[in-house]
Amino acid sequence: MPQYLLSVHTVEGEVREPMTDEEMQQSWAKISALNEELKSAGAWVFAGALHGPDTATVVRMSDGEVLTTDGPFAEAKEHLGGFYAIEAEDLDAALAWASKATAAVGKPIEVRPFRDDPDA
Amino acid sequence: MTPTPDSVREPDAAPRLEEAEIGRIFREESGRSVAALIRAFGDIDVAEDAVQDAFAVALRKWPRDGLPPNPGGWITTTARNRAIDRLRRESRGRELLSEVPMLLPANDDLRIPEEGGPVPDDRLRLIFTCCHPALSTEAQVALTLRLLGGLSTKEVARSFLVTDAAMAQRLARAKRKIKAARIPYRVPEDHELPARLRPVLAVVYLVYNAGLTSPAEPSLCLEAIRLARILATLMPDEPEVAGLLALLLLTESRRSSRTRPDGSLALLGEQDRRRWDRALIVEGQAMVRRCLRRNQPGAYQLQATINAVHADAAAIEQTDWPQIVVLYNQLFAVAPTPVVALNRAIAIGEVRGAAAALALVDELDLDNYYAFHATRADLLRRLGRNAEAAAAYERAAFLAPTDAERDFLSLGGRGPRSTEP
Repeated sequence: MPQYLLSVHTVEGEVREPMTDEEMQQSWAKISALNEELKSAGAWVFAGALHGPDTATVVRMSDGEVLTTDGPFAEAKEHLGGFYAIEAEDLDAALAWASKATAAVGKPIEVRPFRDDPDA
Repeated sequence: MTPTPDSVREPDAAPRLEEAEIGRIFREESGRSVAALIRAFGDIDVAEDAVQDAFAVALRKWPRDGLPPNPGGWITTTARNRAIDRLRRESRGRELLSEVPMLLPANDDLRIPEEGGPVPDDRLRLIFTCCHPALSTEAQVALTLRLLGGLSTKEVARSFLVTDAAMAQRLARAKRKIKAARIPYRVPEDHELPARLRPVLAVVYLVYNAGLTSPAEPSLCLEAIRLARILATLMPDEPEVAGLLALLLLTESRRSSRTRPDGSLALLGEQDRRRWDRALIVEGQAMVRRCLRRNQPGAYQLQATINAVHADAAAIEQTDWPQIVVLYNQLFAVAPTPVVALNRAIAIGEVRGAAAALALVDELDLDNYYAFHATRADLLRRLGRNAEAAAAYERAAFLAPTDAERDFLSLGGRGPRSTEP
C-alpha cells in the first residue's frame, strides 16, 4: 500500500489569540478522535508533533564534506509543525484523510507520497 | 479527402492522403486511443509513445493503402501492438507487462467504446486525471491539450507562449506527479463530482479564452469547443457541462465580429450583427432552452443565457436589458466576483441610467482591471463629467492588454461602453 506524509504547516510569526483551556481541550479531543479513526481504518503508520523551527539543524554536503548548520532548512515563512505518515490506496484517499486532519488541526497540510520502499 | 473504396484500388487516381490530413485524423482520434492505452498499461508515457509510433506507421501506410475503415480502431490496435513490442524489448517493460496481462485481450483489439455504448469512455477518466486539483492550473491545461486534445508538445507550447523545452518540462513534471502521488485514473464518485467537475470546466473555458485573447491562436477556440462537445457527450446529465458548451458556441458566433480592423475590441453595440454565425446561435440557444427546462442553474448556464438574450436582439437598441439584469442578479448570487458585479452594473446602467451604474461601479475593488476604468470612463462621459472621464480613459489605456486596445482607449474611446457579456 502506498504511504503518504501529511505534514502540518505552521506559519512563522503568525499572531494568534492564545487558546483558552476549553479550546485547547476541544482541539485535543478532535485530534485524538482523528487518530483513533486513522488507526481503526488501518491507515495509521505513525504521527508526531515537532518542536519549533529554531530547534532545527540542517546537514548538507558542501565541497565533499558534511556541513552542519543551524536550521531551519529554508528561508520559508512556513515550517513543519508535525506530521502523519499514513497508508492510502491513492492520492484521493490520502487527500480525504488530509482534509480531516486540516479540519482537526486547523492548519494547512501538505501531502507527499513516500518513495517506494527500495528493498521491496 | 477520405478516399472512396474505389479510388483506393487505383492509387494513381486516388487523392493523395496528405500528411496534414493524417495529422488531423490523429488529433481527432488520439485522445480516445491514449485514454484506452493508459487504462490498459497504467502508464501515460507508454500510451503517448505508442500513439506516436502508430502515427509514424500511418504516415507510411495510409497514403499507400488508403484510410482504414475505422481509423480510431486502427490507431488503438496499432498503438497497443507497438507498446507491447516496445515493452518486451525493455526489462522494466516486461515487468510492467507481467502486471497487466489480464487487461490485454489475447487477439482482439482493446474494446473501443461506441459513442453512447455500455462501456464507459476512458476519455472521461483521462480528463478527471488531467484536471485533478492536486495539479497546477498550468499543468491541467497543458495535460488536457496534449493528452485529450492530441496537440503536440510544440503546439501546446506555442499556444501559451512558452518555449518547447519549458512546456516539455511542465508536462514531464505533471506526469511524474501523477505517477509518484498516484493520482487515480477514474471517474469521481457522484458526491465528489461537483468539486471535481469545476476544474475540468475551468480548463476548457480557459483554453477558449486563451484563443479569444490571442488572435494568433484562434484554433484554441475550436479546440475548446471540441473538448466541450466531448464532455457534453460523456456527461449528458450535467447541466453545467451543457451550459459551458452553449456559452462557448454563443461566444464563438460573434468571434469574427468582435475585433475592429486595427485589432482592438469591437464593443457589442458596434458589432455588425449580420456577421454573427446563425448556425452556432441556433445550436447554442437550443442548448440554453434545454438547460432552462432542467432548471438547475449554474454559472456557465447563466452566462450562456445572457449571451442567448444578446443573440436574440437584431440591434443593440432591441436588447432585453431588464431580462439581462435579472440574469446578472442570478449570476452574481452563484458567482459573486467583482467582474460579474461590473457587468451587472453595466446592464443596470442600460435600464436605470449611467448615474445608477456609476454608483455601483465605484464600489468595486477592480483598480487593476482595465475594463473597470474603461466602463467608468464611458459612464462619466455619458454624465458629462469629461475631465474625470479623460482621467479614467488614461488609466484604462495604461492597463490595456493589447497595443490596439491601448491606442483606442487613449483616443477617448467611442460609442456605448458595454463590454463583452
